[in-house]
Amino acid sequence: MALVLTPNIDNPDGFYDALVQAHEGLNADESAAFNARLILILANQVGNEETLRAALKTAQGA
Amino acid sequence: MTAPLTDRYAVTHRLYPYRRSADQDAAEPARHPVVVVGGGPVGLVTALDLGLKGHRVVLLDDHEGVGTGSRAICFSKRTLEICHRLGAGEQMLDKGVVWSRGRVFHDRDEIYAFDLLPEAGHRHPAFINLSQIDFERFLAEAIARANAEGAQIELRGRNRVDAVDPRADGVSFDVMTPEGPYQMEADWLIACDGARSPVRDMLGLGFEGRVFEDNFLIADVRMTADFPTERWFWFEPWFKSGASALLHKQPDDIWRIDFQLGWDIDREEELKEDNVRARVDAMLGPDVAYKLDWTSIYTFQCRRMDAFVQGRVVFAGDSAHQVSPFGARGANSGVQDAENLAWRLDLILRGVAGETLMQGYNRERVMAADENILNSTRATDFLTPKSAVSRTFRDAVLHLASDHAFARPLVNSGRLSVPCVYGRLPGFGADALEGGPDRSRPGAPCPDAPRGEGYLLDGIGDGFQLLGINAFVPDAFDLDGIAVTGLQLEADADIKARYLGVADHAVYLIRPDQHVVARWPVYSAEAVIAAIRAHLGR
Repeated sequence: MALVLTPNIDNPDGFYDALVQAHEGLNADESAAFNARLILILANQVGNEETLRAALKTAQGA
Repeated sequence: MTAPLTDRYAVTHRLYPYRRSADQDAAEPARHPVVVVGGGPVGLVTALDLGLKGHRVVLLDDHEGVGTGSRAICFSKRTLEICHRLGAGEQMLDKGVVWSRGRVFHDRDEIYAFDLLPEAGHRHPAFINLSQIDFERFLAEAIARANAEGAQIELRGRNRVDAVDPRADGVSFDVMTPEGPYQMEADWLIACDGARSPVRDMLGLGFEGRVFEDNFLIADVRMTADFPTERWFWFEPWFKSGASALLHKQPDDIWRIDFQLGWDIDREEELKEDNVRARVDAMLGPDVAYKLDWTSIYTFQCRRMDAFVQGRVVFAGDSAHQVSPFGARGANSGVQDAENLAWRLDLILRGVAGETLMQGYNRERVMAADENILNSTRATDFLTPKSAVSRTFRDAVLHLASDHAFARPLVNSGRLSVPCVYGRLPGFGADALEGGPDRSRPGAPCPDAPRGEGYLLDGIGDGFQLLGINAFVPDAFDLDGIAVTGLQLEADADIKARYLGVADHAVYLIRPDQHVVARWPVYSAEAVIAAIRAHLGR
């Protein structure tokens, strides 16, 4: 399963807004914990090892 | 070095009291085919396996028997299979506490459970818990029985190796005893002398790896309790006795308890009985009566030698590689080292294989050590996160795992020891059995299965073996001085599932340590001979 790097989010502005809103009222540690949970949930949704490794690489800027 | 012998620990069973040996009065140093250094589990298995194969073996230990403390307690199915072949498995199984289920808690919530052997039809369970004291004692008793039937295994207590001089065709070394030093020579020296291996130091060999900055308190407590025989592990336990905690049953009403203490601790203070009791009381509750049987604080490292074979000195067990205890990969991997080197050394000593056969030991057991170190390091990183972000992810996994099943496989309190599959290393051909089960592919240890009144593995091992399943194999033949025997079976449901898969018939070539060398749909003398020769590097 190839990593999707073309636009794929249904409602970009709406999602971005929800993501930032979710962090409102959280301190830095709480935000980091929230992000970690979110990454794990999304990683499980993807599942495929190759795709996850490609995502890690892309995030590293490679 | 000629320092007098000192006790590094108390001995619980004086299994091999010091006796003067004729070697001490010899004019010239006596030469032996095999000398094993160290009377722990790995040294004892090595000596027993080689002795049963008909070799004269001397084992040197600087103490006179088994030390104190239960130490290694989890012995795996593969270890039991090996010990069964050597005649010590039955006592272990009778005495040991059988378990296969583990439960993992976070605070008060159960977040994960596993069953290590959900399948019937194996002589041995996934694990037994048994004190290392008993494990070693049963091996020493098996050695005594073997000697009564003609084996020549000599255990020399209070014999400490002080200097090692490696030569091209053997090893010369100095030994210290209560009656002074003497010299010996060996064709092969097997160093099973533990993580701090003096032999390794004498040869100036490195032992590099990672140190984990954490301390763990072991308390073996004696109590009658009706907790189930499961491995219970807590992350951030509600009773606050440590950053993590473990409770596991051993024989004789002994329970292994482990608490994670952190890095900056006062060891002496923590080991005081009152302080140990405070932690145990918090875990068990104030009304449970118990006696402290043994306590210890340990730190650990994950490291290995670059090469386990150094000319005629072979390292096995903790002297060659060290892992954290989470996963029961220490003693279990060491016992597999012993078995792996014993059959090779047997062929080398009998002159039917060249010295290069020992390079296969190095390749295979380095691969196994790397696998164990990888698993052990991952478990330890989960238990003791080494950075803030690693800790954040660890906590996120624990947080999610109570409510969401998807996060539970990420919880890592130790992935328990399973044997290494060597199939991608030299000496193993391509898998020629189309549709054959993955678990019995070349390089894997043979899976057990019921056979008649006993089990399949009872009839396999000690030599090269052909297994014909719904297929012809010859009864016996000799190849370049190596005996090959054949066993023909009709497949029942278990054999089919474990050895045929979707194939109708199969022929397996199995080496003396019960690992599969190659497999085919039918017997071909040419293919078998080529596979054995390739495996032995001819």
